[in-house]
Amino acid sequence: MGELFGLEFMQHALIAAVLVGLAAPSVGVFLVQRRMSLIGDGMGHVALAGVAIGLLTGQEPVLTALLLTVAGAVAIELIRIAGRASADIALAVMFYGGMALGVVLISKSSASSPANLTAYLFGSILTTSRTDIVVFAVLAVIVLAVTTVLRQRLFAVANDPEYARTIGLPVTALNLVLAVLTAVTVVTAMRVVGLLLISALMILPNATGQVLGRSFRSAVRWAVLVGVVCSVGGVVGSYYASTPSGGTIVLAAIVVYLAAVVGGAIRARVGARRHRAAESHEHEHGPGCGHPAVRHGNHVDYLHDGHLHAAHEGHYDEHRPPVEAGDDRSDALTREPR
Amino acid sequence: MQLSTDPVITVRDGSFGYGDRAVVTHVDLDLHPGDVVAVLGPNGSGKTTLVKGLLGLDAHLGGDVELFGVPRRQFRDHARIGYVPQRHSLSASVRATVSEIVAVGRLPHRPWWRRASARDHQAVRDALQTVGLLDRADAEVATLSGGQQRRVLIARALAGDADVLVMDEPTAGVDAANQEVLATVLESLAAQGRTMLVVTHELEALELIVNRIVCIRAGIVDFDGSPQAYAAHEVAHARDHVHHHPHVLDEEPTTIVDDAGPLDAHEHRGAGHG
Repeated sequence: MGELFGLEFMQHALIAAVLVGLAAPSVGVFLVQRRMSLIGDGMGHVALAGVAIGLLTGQEPVLTALLLTVAGAVAIELIRIAGRASADIALAVMFYGGMALGVVLISKSSASSPANLTAYLFGSILTTSRTDIVVFAVLAVIVLAVTTVLRQRLFAVANDPEYARTIGLPVTALNLVLAVLTAVTVVTAMRVVGLLLISALMILPNATGQVLGRSFRSAVRWAVLVGVVCSVGGVVGSYYASTPSGGTIVLAAIVVYLAAVVGGAIRARVGARRHRAAESHEHEHGPGCGHPAVRHGNHVDYLHDGHLHAAHEGHYDEHRPPVEAGDDRSDALTREPR
Repeated sequence: MQLSTDPVITVRDGSFGYGDRAVVTHVDLDLHPGDVVAVLGPNGSGKTTLVKGLLGLDAHLGGDVELFGVPRRQFRDHARIGYVPQRHSLSASVRATVSEIVAVGRLPHRPWWRRASARDHQAVRDALQTVGLLDRADAEVATLSGGQQRRVLIARALAGDADVLVMDEPTAGVDAANQEVLATVLESLAAQGRTMLVVTHELEALELIVNRIVCIRAGIVDFDGSPQAYAAHEVAHARDHVHHHPHVLDEEPTTIVDDAGPLDAHEHRGAGHG
């Protein structure tokens, strides 16, 4: 393992992996929330045309890709706002046009080879230069800072845009910010994961976060943790297995997701065995409902005809009445503290 | 709650709709501090369009709307209006807790770069206390019943310390047990002197608190007056029309038992207004 960190290109690769692993899920969660999980894929297609323009004109491909992808992201958002029936087709034209233009232009560029195209499509960590790392670091820090500071506002707008408008939030502006952040993330991640798999690193860690988290905040934290672990793990794995970094990272993210789903199902099964729902319950407990409230550990039970009822999801659980000291079966029926 | 008697909402010959199609026209309406007004009317009559038009969500096609004395288009003091939209369920595309949803109501109170303060957190807890969901603050909204989710939306509007609550069908499609809780919540808000404009087609839950009724039929305000006058109006309307309106006011009013639980004796805030 030690020799890994001694290689300069591996140091670059690992730094890039950490940056991408942090930034991609932080943006991706809002795309999941807006049910736009596949939009990053389309932006990856547009980015390829940007890369090709850079290669053909001798400009820095990262820069041209960034400009074109940001422009594309803004266009996507404006097309969505216009809300025409043909918006879906307009997006398809833009995405396929980007990919096709990229492939054609790259074939005309003297500086490029099929291997060069593959590097952009599937990620090639080995070609990441020191300049690239600095650019990626700046972009990733911007993405992280904006998503952190604006987290509640982006959440509010994605959760209920109509309500957000009534409290005076700039809904369109916030959606444009999210679109631009997505574009920046796509460009930042393209060298590590590749343009074809870029969306995966924005979405898959969030799929895991949704399984493991119990709130929006904790789901995002899980997603970022999973993102960093998978992208660093994928880069290290790709070094030893001589596989492309992008595919390796995405497969790692899928394995983690499946493990979380299976683990969650087992936990739910065990939890179901430990808890007992109250009989059909027409009454809604709450302060002032007429039933005495009893503090029970970390929650409140309501004493209802000699039964202790605790709110649990859409129903009420039967909790054991407080037992005398010395009874070692106390809490046997209570659910675990959250 | 407020000492001022300046109207909270004023509409003069307002018309509202979608695009350039007017759904409600010639609306004149004044809402004063402390008013609890029910907006009634059959489905499709334009109640929701009126409310969304007042808030600038649907197109405002003509006439004047003033919010707290400011023309709607210039109105910027968004925190003063608490909107409770009609939602059958809260968006469940990602996990979110009850307090995370309610905290959104605090956003107009601080600039974009500032984090939530202790006061913001307290306002969220107070709002949840008022709607009786403080014990579910960390529960995921998707696990709550429809009626509980409705109360989450009310709490979100309350968290913003709004001067007026504008609610769209807060009790529609809610089971009986939750109807009763919602009625109690609305009563306690009325007792605090909150100004409310409530769109509903189920007057029962509001009967004890409403001091004025506005009825919209086929896009125009068909009645605006006291609940007693409304009952007489309905009788006349039923006599004149073959199809009659479902609200019958001479039923037994719903009795709401208002006995407090032991935990709210020392936690309940702001009782005794109004």
